[in-house]
Amino acid sequence: MSYLPFFVVAWILGVGLYGIVTSRHLVHQIICLIVVQSSTYVLLLGVGYVTGAVAPYFYDIPLHTPAVDPVVQALALTDVVVEAAVTALLLAFAIQAHKRFGTLDPHELVELKG
Amino acid sequence: MTPAVPGALAAAAPLAAVTPYTVQPALMETLQVLLLILVAAGATVVALTRVPVRQAVALSAYGLLLAVLFLAFQAPDVTLSELVVGAVALPVLLLLALARVRRREK
Amino acid sequence: MTPALRRGLFLVGIAGFLAFYLWGLTRLPGFGRYPGPYGFVINRIAVGETNATGVVSAVNFEYRGFDTVGEEFILFAAATGVATVLRHLRDEQEGGGSETVFGEPSSGTTDAVRLASLVFVGPVALFGWFLASHAQTSPSGGFQGGVVLATAFVLIYLAGQFLSFRRISPADLTDSVGSVGAAGFAAIGLTAVVLGFAYLYNFLPLGTVPGAVSSSGTIALISFFVGIEVAAAFILIVGELVEQTLLIRTAGRQS
Repeated sequence: MSYLPFFVVAWILGVGLYGIVTSRHLVHQIICLIVVQSSTYVLLLGVGYVTGAVAPYFYDIPLHTPAVDPVVQALALTDVVVEAAVTALLLAFAIQAHKRFGTLDPHELVELKG
Repeated sequence: MTPAVPGALAAAAPLAAVTPYTVQPALMETLQVLLLILVAAGATVVALTRVPVRQAVALSAYGLLLAVLFLAFQAPDVTLSELVVGAVALPVLLLLALARVRRREK
Repeated sequence: MTPALRRGLFLVGIAGFLAFYLWGLTRLPGFGRYPGPYGFVINRIAVGETNATGVVSAVNFEYRGFDTVGEEFILFAAATGVATVLRHLRDEQEGGGSETVFGEPSSGTTDAVRLASLVFVGPVALFGWFLASHAQTSPSGGFQGGVVLATAFVLIYLAGQFLSFRRISPADLTDSVGSVGAAGFAAIGLTAVVLGFAYLYNFLPLGTVPGAVSSSGTIALISFFVGIEVAAAFILIVGELVEQTLLIRTAGRQS
């Protein structure tokens, strides 16, 4: 199937967004955001794939072996680590919200006025 | 640098014949299809689990599945990153934050 | 807004998004039929130009080095943000004091967990260092190596040795090491400017053999700095979160 990875990307995005929209717990929302971010990694790597090619590391294979696109791999690689740190920042904000309002329910957080 | 680029563009033909260092396309494609379906199922499980502590553990398994998928996409660097971040670092951060929240509620 | 209305609105929105997405998908060449010349060009010329056999790391730290500086500073800012938010939170609860009271860490860990964690601290730290220093040869790099190195420190905490964890990674030292890593990356670029080249130009000798640890000039050096910065950032984040849990534990016991 030549379009299956892109359908899976749309599915993961939709499922993650559904989890965020119907969530009753801030940490549950953060984890669903992680799922949505993971869909972009699959999309990046799916775009750069070449059928029948190997990984772009020429340490032990001949120099002009057909290899997949390294640019999208570089993007996805830094993406994964940096978004983990941003998720940690979101968790710190969730802890702050819990300390201030005593609840992690996003519906109740909207109604309280500090 | 610039003289090399036009020559490289001319020489950058699409895939040559199968050399000993290519992967068998049929086998790899089967593996990729299987892993994509597993990843889609894993994402559904993670998003639809409501209890955050269980969701953190499910996220760890989902990170492992994603890492194997990236390996099937011929991206070992991204595999390493996703494995160590998604299966180790993120669940640790999540469980610590949940422990912090739970202590306050006691 | 009732949950049913919210869910209905979401379904309408996602249907519209999926319509545009599938319409755009028909223009794509399909999975595996990569058309663009850029990937092929980079694979052909990267090893010859930079003497680095790990093309992804060469792209990360050389061809697209400026974007990597930006991403590393995003990570640095996020770690600093976590430290700011959680330390402010800690001071608020203690009434402004700066010394936290370290009670006896309640070691709910079994001996098996403790043994396994302590046995693996050394190999994991060594593996993280190996990953951070071999960016130009094989699938490794500063980002992965840094996180694995931070995981070694987290293993010490998981073994129940919270006091050892805080002793070997105090907040000031972790802050300084992270700053050295981030500043080091920017400084390498500035050194290239001082020497008369463009920012982040590869000015160090490229070595003779492609794929040796000492080859590829600034790529190896940048990967080292990125490694220690990412490790320090994650140790900082985990340390702040761990102190939050310990603080509430001791406060609960004293009340």
